[in-house]
Parts: sequence; structure tokens; C-alpha cells
Amino acid sequence: MDSEPQFFDQPGGYVGQPLVRVDGREKVTGKAKYSAEFPLPGLTYGVLATSPIAKGKIQRIDTSAAAREPGVIAVLTHQNLPKLAKTPNDPQGKKDIGAPMGFLPLTSDEIFYAAQPVAIVVADTLDHALHAATLVKVTYQAAQPIASFLDPKAELFDPQKVQDGKQDGHTRRGDAKGALASSAIQLTATYNHPVYNHNPMEPGSTTAHWEAPDRLTVYESTQGVTRTQSALTAMLGIPREQIRVVTKYLGGGFGCKGSCWPHTILTIQAAKAVNRPVQLMLTRKQQFTSMGHREDQTQTVQLGATADGKITSIVHTKTSTTSPWDNYAESNSKILDMLYATPNFEATYQLARANVMTSTFMRAPGEAPGSFAIECSMDDLAYRIGVDPIEIRLRNHADHDYSTNKPWSSKSLKQCYARGAELFGWSKRNPRPGVTRDGRYLVGMGMASASYPVHNSQGTARARLYADGHAVVQSGATDLGTGTYTVITQVAADALGLPPEKIRFELGDTNLPTAPNSGGSVAAGTVSSSVYMAAQDVWQKLIKVAVVDKKSPLFKAKPEDVTVEKGRLQLKKDPSKGERFADLMKRAEMTDVEGMGQGKYGSGYETGRSGSPAGPNNNTDTAGEHSMHSFGAHFCEVRVDMDLGTIRVSKWVSVMGAGRILNAQTARSQIIGGAIFGIGSALMEETIRDPHFSRYTNADLANYHVPVNADIPDMTVEFVEENDPFINAMGVKGIGEISMVGVAAAVANAVYHATGKRLRDLPLTPDKVMMAGLAS
Amino acid sequence: MLLAMNNFAYTQAASTKEATAAKQADKQAAFIGGGTTLLDIMKANIEQHTLLIDINRLSLLGIENGASGLRIGALERMSDVGEHPQVVQNYPVISQSLLASASPQLRNMASMGGNLLQKTRCGYYRDVAFPCNKRVPGSGCPAQTGDNRNLAIFGTSPSCIATHASDLAVALVALEAKLTLENPKGATRTVPLADFYKLPGSTPHIETHLQPGELITAITVPAAAHARKSHYLKVRDRASYAYALVSAAVGLDVQGGTIRSARVALGGVGTVPWRVPAVEKALVGKAPTEDNFRAAAALAVRDASPREHNKFKVELAQRTLVRALLEVVA
Repeated sequence: MDSEPQFFDQPGGYVGQPLVRVDGREKVTGKAKYSAEFPLPGLTYGVLATSPIAKGKIQRIDTSAAAREPGVIAVLTHQNLPKLAKTPNDPQGKKDIGAPMGFLPLTSDEIFYAAQPVAIVVADTLDHALHAATLVKVTYQAAQPIASFLDPKAELFDPQKVQDGKQDGHTRRGDAKGALASSAIQLTATYNHPVYNHNPMEPGSTTAHWEAPDRLTVYESTQGVTRTQSALTAMLGIPREQIRVVTKYLGGGFGCKGSCWPHTILTIQAAKAVNRPVQLMLTRKQQFTSMGHREDQTQTVQLGATADGKITSIVHTKTSTTSPWDNYAESNSKILDMLYATPNFEATYQLARANVMTSTFMRAPGEAPGSFAIECSMDDLAYRIGVDPIEIRLRNHADHDYSTNKPWSSKSLKQCYARGAELFGWSKRNPRPGVTRDGRYLVGMGMASASYPVHNSQGTARARLYADGHAVVQSGATDLGTGTYTVITQVAADALGLPPEKIRFELGDTNLPTAPNSGGSVAAGTVSSSVYMAAQDVWQKLIKVAVVDKKSPLFKAKPEDVTVEKGRLQLKKDPSKGERFADLMKRAEMTDVEGMGQGKYGSGYETGRSGSPAGPNNNTDTAGEHSMHSFGAHFCEVRVDMDLGTIRVSKWVSVMGAGRILNAQTARSQIIGGAIFGIGSALMEETIRDPHFSRYTNADLANYHVPVNADIPDMTVEFVEENDPFINAMGVKGIGEISMVGVAAAVANAVYHATGKRLRDLPLTPDKVMMAGLAS
Repeated sequence: MLLAMNNFAYTQAASTKEATAAKQADKQAAFIGGGTTLLDIMKANIEQHTLLIDINRLSLLGIENGASGLRIGALERMSDVGEHPQVVQNYPVISQSLLASASPQLRNMASMGGNLLQKTRCGYYRDVAFPCNKRVPGSGCPAQTGDNRNLAIFGTSPSCIATHASDLAVALVALEAKLTLENPKGATRTVPLADFYKLPGSTPHIETHLQPGELITAITVPAAAHARKSHYLKVRDRASYAYALVSAAVGLDVQGGTIRSARVALGGVGTVPWRVPAVEKALVGKAPTEDNFRAAAALAVRDASPREHNKFKVELAQRTLVRALLEVVA
């Protein structure tokens, strides 16, 4: 085959086109089955009873009243839940399971965090289970909890590693502190972030069905069926092939469904105990305390620069809250390390244990808060030396990755700045802050860079092409709702030379070829590459058949001389010599031909590990010779009512360079969604933990504010065309996370430009804005 | 904290008398209109009602505007009142307060009477795992030293600082609206809305002067020049579907460059809708200028008793008030 999947760029191809969602009809007609919508025979309903206190011990559990209620089948507690082969309660167990949290509720009488499950009630109907769960009477011996790293009782410590061992607690490159001290310009700024919760529209849910004593099917709301299967294999101690995990549709995840959380295994154990299928869906309130969160944190950036604004050094520290067991912190420092030409860099993580569950990755983990810090500080630098915010970024443009000293596989950041500025009307911006008015409103324009790594990943896919011109394509990936079903159908259509409606793409099942978690922006690249490779396997098999078939025009051709064009096998040098695959297959009496493909992907931050992008003759990067990232720029206009403190985003432009874009429409939607996610984090989202009870006070969607339509203006999204030969067979970088990186900074920078006030405590709610004005 | 679904009985009342009698007979009974507050409260296990008396078949409807004022049946839906041309024209503050409330879906369901009885959004009240004097008398008030950013600065007590959540009530209190209440004997009485609500004091669980079995049947609002020239301004954390950080309901009668009468109430800041007569008095006889508004607004917050996280409301309340007054004379 040719070294590039060139047919994707040919006229009449489907890849890149704004194909409407292939699953749209199923979704709007309610036929799409989410994980709590499988009505198994004998299905029962599980409900978690949770702890009101955040720290203490269970003294007594009286389940008798709950058990007496009509319809109640079982009330399971730490005293009677079936035991597991392995729990995450010790470090080795946690590692073997791949658990996000080093503690499993209902394994002891200890209470470590508020709303920790203490019982699971199983009943014949959801109503019965809900009611009975309120009747589980637990007596606690309560202790005074620690609520956060800000708690006076909290003890700060320096972890060796954070983020499950993936990030060193302290990193140095060059002499950052020395360089800072001798820099002409030294800026120090501290940024504060609240707890954020993912809050996917579909809460976490599990439907567990033991089909035999050692055979389990789980319909799970997860971003990764295989990772869930691995966790269950370890915990249950039964062979992997005996566990099937299915996720046909997902109502969002944002990272909280990237791991196997306690409610899943508790539901499975409950199903074991009652010997019937059990379905459990978290309540919205429980969603806040069951699947992790983005941790509350403070970070300080010390930035050294020359008089003309060239960065000499960055020193970054982050302090955040973690759980009693784990050293989790999202790795903010990585983006500060690589985004600009920074010769010296140092980062330190500090943690404090509190009575909270373990935090976890949430959309753009590390990059989201990290970009807020660096991109606001870059704005400070621009104003300090009196240059345009884009100019300061161009002066510090990293023409290679300073954090790894490797070349980029591709980078279009300068084009993103230029195109974004043009679309936005950046040239109309008055450089002076605080002077542009529209009636009562102060108007400001801000921008920020965005970047997200192309993480290492690999997966497999199967393509079965039928002689009658239909195909089934399979990969055990998940579609978070972002369009995986659609874009992979497009890739398969072009790769197999069929129209999309002749292709069924199946995903979300461990019975299918293994795919990675849909997280870290890897799904589109890995799955599309796998499917592309599987299609190549199909064609290679057919070419082999053709060249030995006396009736084929390709008889006796060398296989390497044959190519495939829109389903027609033909000679490269003489395309008139060839035939349609259907003719060949019918003659050969083949109903179908099946190919397998493995797509490998990226090396982002993981350079040094194997990064090998796949593709028969594709440029390979086996030693991780390149640093692989998406880049982009966000532009924001705000109108600030300084008297009342309200901020309205009035214009938005995002321009991204993210490799090949598979579907213009779903990609645009995803960038819009991510930008709105970021605007929410900038202006209103915040989970509030009571300082004395270490319990959330706004765990519902009335008081945990996400943007409504009225908060969001028309948004403009464009992609810079990029052809990256190193990433993977398809040249796809992924856009799930970069869409929100830098967004909060673009908003805050616009607010600064509007008001002359630098606000560094998220979210930028009216009280903070108004009080900042008062302080002047 | 659980989502509870406790068993309850349900009955549809055919007459007001039947409804009020059923309520009086069962202390655990509740009227249900739109149900937009009640069902939330029941699911969160904050209230456990054994009987729901559906009042939606009662003929408590009608939006009538006459020379003496406006009469609104208690079962009218928020959206219907908010968009009613007579209300929009003659009582803009009422229309605006309604349309700034909740979401369109909720406004289509929620009744006017129910709106006035909606429960506070205080996070401690809404989660049965916390102590709360309003929910469990005598259990304590963690809000005093906890998350009190959204809570009240007026009318508070050591027992409770929960904010009254209704926007409508703020507008109605400003315009001196009255409620018609009917008791199980069929007798009706009329109560000024401002007197209907009780300050929390040491009994925050008793929120109104409703007698056992009494039902709100109608709301009346006197016609006035300051009602026609009125405005509702709500400051909140997002553009829609959020409770007020601070709101202001104002009405002015300005003649010949002088304010003849003024009506001012604040929302999001009081344990009850917070009318500020001192501001009204200060405005009367003055010219409608920003300076005068500012001076008057300062009087609104003399009695404020903010906690750690809601100090900003003292300033924001004045600014919101000034802006609302400016809007009404604009």
C-alpha cells in the first residue's frame, strides 16, 4: 500500500465531511440503550446508603427495618457482602486492579469521607430500594474530619510521586531558581482552583448479571470496557474471558468514567449475593462523591524573563488536597514545562490528606489548571513589557519541545494565532486595559494558547467485508457521545470503498477487538488507525486471491504492484487493469473477508517509551524521536458589569491544529463543548465543601452551576490543516481535551483587559469581580 | 444522603373546602400544585408527607386587572402570569420577577401560590446529613460558620440564616400585595404578604402565619403609579436558572421631576422578602438622580449582619438597588 492513506483526501471521500451522526436517530427516538436500560429477566435494583459523616467508625448497623420493607431482597453491608479475591486497600492490590482509589467501601467499619457507601439495598423495584435505603440505621462514632489542604489541621507533605506514580513530586531542568533570581523581570502569581465535578449527564451506572457462578456480564457506564474488565478480573479472581463488559452508549464521562469505581464492584457483589441481576444508578447527589473530582488546589508561578520578554525560567509549585490513601494530583506542571521556549524549569507538588475521596482525571487533567496559570502569567508578562499578548507568545514560541529536547511531530500554533486573530478581529483591540466601553459594560479581549499531548495508545479493530458490498467493523472502544460511531464509520467507508450506510460499526464490548479507554483524547486516533489497518488487511488478503486467480485481470501481478481505489483492485501503473472486489469475491465464492488491524498512537509526554505509529510504510517513531502535541488558540471577548460583578462572554473563537479532522461537524461540536466546559470552570463551576463537616453543600445541578445557553454566545471554530506523518496511520491527534485547555485563561485575560483587574481565583463569580473593583 | 421515595397517599380535591378539610385532618398532608418544590423536598427526604392533596382541579384561576388592582388566582402558572399583557404593562416588576425565575419548564408547572411557599436553597437545609434548625428544630445551624455565600444578611438569627428563595415574593412585597387565605370552615381572610412570612428567630421551621388547613386562594396587588413604573433586577452566578445573589424590586412614581412614591424590596439577602421602608421614605420628595438613589440605597443595609462569605452582599445590595432604580427611570 501507499505510505499515506491518501484516498481519504480524494473527492467523494467521507472522512472530514460533516456527516450527520449515524446514531442520531437511535438517540432521539430513545432506542439507544444506555447501561441502565437493559431489562434483564429478574432484574433487581440496588441503591447505596451512604454515610452522613466524613470521618469515624460504624458502631452498629441495624438493617432490620430496611429488610422488612416490601420488595427488599437484601441489605448488604461490610458485614455480609461477599468477599473479593483482591481489594485496592493495599498498594499492590490497588496496582493490580488499576483502581482509582486505594480504598473500597464496605470492606471495613471505618468512614473516611462524607457520603461513603455503608450499605447497598437490593429490591424488586427502584422505589422500594430507594425507600428501604433510608431505613438502614447506622450508628457512628464520629471524629473531626479534615476538609482540605487549607484546613488548619491539615499536614502538608512532599510526595515522591503524584498522579498514580506518573508524575515526579519534584522535577528540575536547568537551574530554574538561579535563572529566576538573575532575571530582569520576575513575576510571581498565585492561582486558586475549587473542586470541580465532572457531572456527565448520565450518572454512573452498573447492571451486573451473573450468567453462571463464574461468568459475568456487566452493562457499565464506562469510558473503557477493557479497563473495567481488567479491574474486575483482579478483584473477582475469575478469568478475564469469563467477564464481559458492555457499554453501547455513554452520556458523557469527562474522565470520571475512566476508571472502575466502588459502586461497580459493589453492584456486582450484590448481584452475586442475591443471585439475580442488579442494576444500580448513582443519584445526582451521589455522583458528586462516587467517581472522583478535580481536586481543590493552589498553584504559584514564578516567571523570569529578559527585559524584552523572553522567558528565562519558570518555577511552579502546586498544593492540593488528596485522600487518606492516595497521592493523587493532576500534573499541572507538564504544560508549563513544554508550552514555551523555557530554558530552566522547576516544579514541586505538595499534598495534604483530607477526608475526601481520591480525586481523579477530569477533562484535560493538569493541562486545564496548568494552562490557566501559565497563560495568565504570560498575559502579565505581555502587559509588563507593553507588547501584545500574541506577540509575547510568539517571542517565546517553542520551535522544539524544551521539556524533552525533541522536535515536534507537527505544530501549527503560529497559524492558530494568526487565523484566530483574523477571525476574532484582534487588530481592533485597544492595547490599554480598562478603557473600552459599551454603555455600562467594560469590554475586553483576551486570548490563550492551548496544547494537549498525543498520549501513547494502541488498539485493535476488525473489518469484515461482505461480497454484497456491506461491512461490519468492530472495535471495543466507547463513544462518549462525541461521535466515535460516526467518525469511525466514515473512516471505514473510505477505507473499504463503501458508502457509510453500508457499514455497521460496533463498539463498546469486551467481546470485540480490544481498544484503549476513550480518554486522554486517544479514541479517535487509535480507533481510526486500527480500522484503517484492518481495512488494509482485508485488501491485502483479496490482492493475494486476485493475483492467483486466472480469471482476474490481476492474475500473476505482484501483490505490491496492486493498489485499491474505492473498492477496485487495480495495478498502480495501469489502473485500467483491475476489478471490483465484489466480482473477485463472487468468483472465488467468498461470502466475506475479514481483516485485523492494530493502531498505535502517539508519544506525547511519554517519549522514551515506545511510540511507534503504525502503518505499513508509515514514518515510524519507535524510539519516540518526536514530541507529539496538538496546539491551538482561544480568543474571548467579555462584557463586564463592574458595578454588579457580572461577566458575559460575548464572542468566542477557537482555532486548533490537531492533525486530521475526521468529521467537520462533530469536531466543531466537540471544540464548542470543550470551550463551554472551560467557560463554566472559569465563571461559575465550583463544588463547595463545608470546612467543618468536609461534606459538599451544593451537590446538585441547581446549585452546581454549569453554563446555560444564555451564558454562551455564538462560537466560531476552525481547524488548521495539518498533516502529521508521525502520529499514527491516520494522522489524527484527538480533540477531546485541547478544546478546554487555555479557555479559563482566555476568559480571565479578557476580564483583565476589560477591567484592569487580574482575577486569579476561580470561578470568577460576581462577588469576586465586584470586590476587585471595590479594592481599587 | 439519599433520594427517597416514601409511600404516600394521593387524593384530588374537588373543592377548596374538601382540600382544606383533608389537610386539617392529616398533619402530615401537603397540598400539591405544580409540585416543583414539593417533589424535590420529598425525594431528598427533607419532608415526609403521608398524603398529597392535589389542588389543581380547584378553580383558583384568573388574572384580572381592574381599576383597584390585580387579582391572580393562586393556581395560575408562573409563565402565564409572567407573560400576561396586563401584568407586563401595569406590573412589570411582577412579570420580570417571574420570568427571571427558574427555567421555562419549571415556570410552566409551578403555581403562584406554591412559588410563595417554596423552600430555601440553603445547602444545609437541602441535605439531611447536615444539622439544620429549619429542618430539625434544635439540631444547629452549620451555615453560620460554613458555606454562607448565598445566605441572608437581613432578618437572620443565631438559629437560621437561610435565604428566602422566591423572586416573585420580593416583587409582591414591594407592591404591598395581599394573600387571600381560606380555612377549612370556608372562611377567608386577607393578609399582607409582608406579614405572612415569619422571621426565623428561634423557630426557623415555622416560616409563615398559615393556620392549619389554610390554603392560599388568590393574590391581590393594589393598582398604583409606582407599580406601572417598576422593575426587577436579579444578579446571579449565571445568566439564567440560578437563584439571586441579590435582587431588587423597585417601583417609582415620578411626577414633575420629583419622586411621589417609592417601593423597594430586596431579594437574595433576607430570610424573608426584604422590604426597605427607610429607602422608600428617603426617596420620596427627591429628584430621581443617581446620587439620591445612592444615598437612599445606603440606608437599605444599615441593619445588615453578614457572615464570612456573604459580606459582598452588603455592597452588592446597594449597587443592585441603585441600578434597578436607574433602570426604572431610564
